[in-house]
Amino acid sequence: MNESLPALRLANITKRFGKLVANDDISLELGTGEVLALLGENGAGKSTLVSILFGHYVADEGHIEVFGQPLVPGNPKAALAAGVGMVHQHFALADNLSVLDNVLLGTEPLWLPFSRRRAARARLLHTAARFGLGVDPDARVAALSVGERQRVEILKALYRGAHILILDEPTAVLTPQESESLFATLATLVAEGLSVIFISHKLDEVLRVSARVAVLRGGRLVSVRNTEDTTKTELAELMVGRSVTLPTREPRPHGDMVLNLSGVHAAQGGKTLLDDLSLVVRAGEIVGIAGVSGNGQQALADLLCGTLAADSGEVSVSGQAMRANPRDWIARRVARIPEDRHAVGVVGDLPVWENAASERLHLPAFSCAGIVRGKAARAFTRTLVEQFDVRLSGIDVPARVLSGGNMQKLILGRALSVAGDDVTPTLIVANQPTWGLDIGAVAYVHRCLLDAAAAGAAVLVISEDLDELFAIADRIAVMFKGRLGPALPTEGCSRAAVGLAMAGSAASDTKGASQHAA
Amino acid sequence: MMDFLANLFDMLGSASFWVATLRVATPLILGTLGVLICERAGVLNLGIEGIMVAGAFTGWLAVFNGADLWTGVLVAGLVGGVFGLLHAALTVWLTVSQHVAGLGVTLLATSLSAFAYRVSFPQVSTPPTVTAFAPLEGLAGLPLIGPVLAGQTSLTLLAIALVPTVAYLLYRTPMGLALRMVGENPAAAEGQGVDVIAVRTGAVIAGSILMGLAGAFLTLSAFNAFFFNMINGRGWICVALVVFASWRPGKALLGAVLFAAFDAAQLRLQQAGGALPYQIYLMLPYLLSILALIVMARRAAYPQALMKPYRKGER
Repeated sequence: MNESLPALRLANITKRFGKLVANDDISLELGTGEVLALLGENGAGKSTLVSILFGHYVADEGHIEVFGQPLVPGNPKAALAAGVGMVHQHFALADNLSVLDNVLLGTEPLWLPFSRRRAARARLLHTAARFGLGVDPDARVAALSVGERQRVEILKALYRGAHILILDEPTAVLTPQESESLFATLATLVAEGLSVIFISHKLDEVLRVSARVAVLRGGRLVSVRNTEDTTKTELAELMVGRSVTLPTREPRPHGDMVLNLSGVHAAQGGKTLLDDLSLVVRAGEIVGIAGVSGNGQQALADLLCGTLAADSGEVSVSGQAMRANPRDWIARRVARIPEDRHAVGVVGDLPVWENAASERLHLPAFSCAGIVRGKAARAFTRTLVEQFDVRLSGIDVPARVLSGGNMQKLILGRALSVAGDDVTPTLIVANQPTWGLDIGAVAYVHRCLLDAAAAGAAVLVISEDLDELFAIADRIAVMFKGRLGPALPTEGCSRAAVGLAMAGSAASDTKGASQHAA
Repeated sequence: MMDFLANLFDMLGSASFWVATLRVATPLILGTLGVLICERAGVLNLGIEGIMVAGAFTGWLAVFNGADLWTGVLVAGLVGGVFGLLHAALTVWLTVSQHVAGLGVTLLATSLSAFAYRVSFPQVSTPPTVTAFAPLEGLAGLPLIGPVLAGQTSLTLLAIALVPTVAYLLYRTPMGLALRMVGENPAAAEGQGVDVIAVRTGAVIAGSILMGLAGAFLTLSAFNAFFFNMINGRGWICVALVVFASWRPGKALLGAVLFAAFDAAQLRLQQAGGALPYQIYLMLPYLLSILALIVMARRAAYPQALMKPYRKGER
């Protein structure tokens, strides 16, 4: 390794997908022992760039050098051999196989009649110890926590002797504590002479871990800054291309109790999903549910749109007990913003106007004797599209062609707009409402939710993103293993305490949380 | 009740019962291992029913035309491999639906065999025969299992020996790890330098070779002639047995032997002349298999990329 050479040099990389230019003449260098952050919104070209680097795609123009040697394009094997390791956002692990199997794959010639597992295990343990990444080589990946899986991913690269590590949105799935531990690992890696590319759209982390920041926008490299010479505001503007003001919470009067859950218990297939859940959300109030996904949030969201029945306990909206029937929930004007836009938010193959009108087809304004009033539904959709700024080529295109942000605006519009003899929503259940959206769209969604609350709706926001909850929620409760902690005023919560509760350490001890904050 | 138990123990203690069981089990063991290899790599191979027919026919035809028995077995394996290549071309390269492609391969292989049989033997009333594999009577002297093994042929021993071999290959070699990985998370395997398309293609061909051998056992060992309908759903049983076995070779052997034991037992019950219509006895092994499947399959950990086509560069 020559210290004077950059670890990695990308020269004039251009990649087109049809008409779209995903990467436009990007040139970038990564120094040895440096953490370079790659910052940009969704669709800015970050993933394309690293996919080219790692050989998943071939660039149309330009070339890559690793430690001065040209890298064969379009070949992950060559990238691995050159010492480039990649930690994917969606882990590239096989759940049913052991940690050792996952690490070992591809490190031995395929036609070898035996596998040197004992030596491999020793080497894995040695590597793990050297970088402070403790894992059990024999554990099945499915049994590991998200943070542990990420460690396995990093180990996979280190085991192969990677000198350059690419981390794609590594903190997106981590709890605050797990993120801390990742940052500590990064420091160790750099101290050992590795070079790291850290891809993120979270400004705070980028400022914290990187030495330099490269900002991508619309496929172009707009700026490379030394981290210490830049600010959060400047980076946000570079990233979005204009100044973005994130909406902030203002004190609002809270009205009558809208949602009331008391002692709710729900199970499915012998597995407890919700355990003794109690929660009150008042009109004009936004309550945030924090937690690592998979701790019952989905069940809670299902309960609140009528697709999951509670075994015991009380579920009521505006004082009226609710049954597990989506029709009833829609009739009470409970608006839902589901977690997975593509899977349950819209019917991808149906046109936009049918998706927009789908929850209201039973209203006389939209159907008569079982026949849809197409004209009214289209008119409603046109208003919605205009009002919520959904960018599309026409309301007859299938919903699946919309981008994530536009699809979310459509869903938001469907949930929030008023049609015919309808009234504004009384309760809004938003599950991960800004997941995968860029800053501009996030600001828009937050604005809508805050406005809806100001207009008197009770809002429940389920999110893994603490920044989001601290920005818009009036009270925050933490969900862990199907149980819900008390919803405490946001002012009295500290991120550290919420993070701990998300990891289960203080689920029953939220008093400590508020003290910690004070 | 006591009578029944006494009869049961009599049956389980008799060598002839186990001889029959192993004979019934052999094609199931081979076929199940074949399906298992394909599915571990992420490819459902419903071509098995037809590939077994083709293996049964071609292996027998080769021997009928003067080849020796092992050459016949080789021919059956090769023909199985060719149909496997076809299935791989459809499902792995062209990424068409694995169900549809598999059923297509079954229909094609079955019809081609029937056609070729009719062309080769336009006017026969009784099926022509060959001299099949002879039982290994030399093994009769072994303690305990001698009498059972003496009733078997080399193909049965081969099938049993393949169980630990396949297990070793799957769990103890780099190739086996690559094969399991492409069936669990092909994108991850690709990222670690494994050629997913090549490994899946190889797995489908290897599995299909075993299916061809399973067919050959029927015409060259269990019987000495080829009949239409002689596979009679055995291929589908293998597909179910793989689920029963949770995709593990050892459990696949257990499942095949268990099913065969049910089958051998129902034959005895029929011969004993019970009061029930014989169709009821014929149903028994299938009913018991479904019950066993319900118990076992609830816990099964499916290969996660099973039936998911892999296209490079797409996520």
